[in-house]
Amino acid sequence: MTGSTDRPRGWPALAAFALTVTAAWWGLRLLAADDGPERLIENVYRLVGASASADAVATYGLTPTTSKFILTVVALVVGVGGVWLLFLTVNGLVDRLGPRFERIVRPWVFVTPALVLLAFYLVYPTIRTIWISLTDGAESASLDHYLSVLSDPTMLAALRNNAVWLVVGTTGSVIIGLAFAALADRVKREALAKTFIFLPLAISMVGAAVIWRFVYYWRPPGQPQIGIVNGLLDGLGRDPIAFFQVPPLNTFVLILIMVWLQTGFAMVILSAAIKGIPDDLLEAARIDGANELQVFGRIVLPGIRGSIITVGTTIFIVILKVFDIVFVTTGGRFDTDVVAVRMFTELIRFRNPGRASALAVVLLVAVVPIMVVNVRNLRRQGVGA
Amino acid sequence: MTVVATRKTRSAPVGNKPLSGRSLAIVRLAVVLIAAMWSFPTAGLLISSLRSANDINSTGWWTTLVHPFETTWTLANYTEVLEASGMLNAFVNSLIVTIPATVIPITLAAFAAYAFAWMRFPGRGLLFAVVVGLLVVPIQMTLVPLLQAYNQTGLTGTFLGIWLAHTGFGLPLAIYLLYNYISQLPRDLFESAFIDGASHFTAFIRLVLPLSMPALAAFAIFQFLWVWNDLLVALVFLGTDSRVAILTARLNELVGSRGQDWHLLTAGAFVTMVVPVIVFLGLQRHFVRGLLAGSVKG
Repeated sequence: MTGSTDRPRGWPALAAFALTVTAAWWGLRLLAADDGPERLIENVYRLVGASASADAVATYGLTPTTSKFILTVVALVVGVGGVWLLFLTVNGLVDRLGPRFERIVRPWVFVTPALVLLAFYLVYPTIRTIWISLTDGAESASLDHYLSVLSDPTMLAALRNNAVWLVVGTTGSVIIGLAFAALADRVKREALAKTFIFLPLAISMVGAAVIWRFVYYWRPPGQPQIGIVNGLLDGLGRDPIAFFQVPPLNTFVLILIMVWLQTGFAMVILSAAIKGIPDDLLEAARIDGANELQVFGRIVLPGIRGSIITVGTTIFIVILKVFDIVFVTTGGRFDTDVVAVRMFTELIRFRNPGRASALAVVLLVAVVPIMVVNVRNLRRQGVGA
Repeated sequence: MTVVATRKTRSAPVGNKPLSGRSLAIVRLAVVLIAAMWSFPTAGLLISSLRSANDINSTGWWTTLVHPFETTWTLANYTEVLEASGMLNAFVNSLIVTIPATVIPITLAAFAAYAFAWMRFPGRGLLFAVVVGLLVVPIQMTLVPLLQAYNQTGLTGTFLGIWLAHTGFGLPLAIYLLYNYISQLPRDLFESAFIDGASHFTAFIRLVLPLSMPALAAFAIFQFLWVWNDLLVALVFLGTDSRVAILTARLNELVGSRGQDWHLLTAGAFVTMVVPVIVFLGLQRHFVRGLLAGSVKG
């Protein structure tokens, strides 16, 4: 493939490679050390011969701001530059192989870094987690952890809550998103209206949890209510409600936070799908005497079925793993536990990897059908076959 | 996940039959009501973060809408939360974590996606199918073994450790999105480049990267928002030590330790939100394009 006659000579490429690896190694050591920036500055001073300044740094250190700044710069240089330099230098090395080997080796230079990380961060842990869930704390492989997950009342509560989350959260987001997409299609300033619904997508679940904790904030009756919902109840002469502490109401209140976050996603996809329906189809239906609701129900809805399924599946997967919202607001107390929070508790607080792994496998089992459909679709498209 | 067919989009309401006066009024009202419902929680947060602690505790934030001059407006909450509560430090940590954790996966994925799309090597189809299968693996599946491995190698609590973790978790989506884009580039383009003597590496750098900017931008926004807003991965692999803790972890701690101090919580929450919201509003077009190319992550 390469027609270049003057191939780069070997040793500069090798030297560049060695230099890159060394520099990356030093950068990483500096990031990991407690006094990395101090040592770096000290050594720079020594290198230029300013030993008095070097001693001063060694004795008094740097101000936290300077130290942090240096750390940031080193982190960005190592993290961003390092990966590019590695590709550049390795490709420099490959350039000097003969064209025959080059053609065999180059694809692997391109895919190996990604594949290695995928293998270490996703493939190996998945297999290992299944193994741990079967063997941890046992003499031989057993289903003990699964049995305990499926018999322990707190675990069952988490599973049940997760199911409620999936049903209510997914349908809620899709229906409101669809309704808003259809309504906004009919008004001027559609883009502006959509931005309001869309914006929560940029907000973290932790941030959203704090926002809604404030909305539902509760104080005993008699004190001024500063959460808007209880303020409203107060204005109506009702007693305030401690929304996060009353099951099963609290789970629904938390689900509402997720719906608030995810509706924008559903709206964007479904809005594009609605606009994709050919005009003549809608016109024909109207000429046949269908009213707007009938047009929506008979033409638009069937036309965007595929998009609805896509959106539903995507939100389903997000909600299945819900963690932050519950963790920040109730921490799983007051009967609001879900699988991912329970798993974190088992892993970090109770140091029980076996049960934590069994819970993770429960989540995996729920997405396996989706995984199979995806890969099958891929095969049908003949991608990469 | 599955690619949403983006057919020819019709320009806004042209194809719609104009609604009668009353229906249009109802539709407008519904749109305004839902938009208002979606905005008031954030509005309450923003308004409260600018009021004095005393005022927040004595009257609801909505009273300022009617009597805007009867409350003390102040930036003191922000000063306090940034300095005393360590949010500024956490903000810098968030940057240190997020920028490499966005650039590294894009780089690795772009190379890999190019190879999957335009290079021939044994096992290509199978490996790509594995990547697509990994798209939906829940992160929870990886936590137990990775935490064990991290503790053994000393990667826990290091920036390198969290960059690599976010890279690994982000790669399937990155490769998938970039593959969809790069594989659709016209074949002639490459052929003429190769005839001119370009290697795959030069073709990648000179042709594919510049042409793939829309897809790269879309994924960059996803990954940036995802890493910046993540709590779980940060809690497990980075921890809450102030040397490394990021904004979300810090805010979560603030909820635990100062759960009733709304002047701190509102300002703190807003500090965590400001960067993603700016990125989001500024690059909304690219973000929407990325969403329409279809995606979830595991």
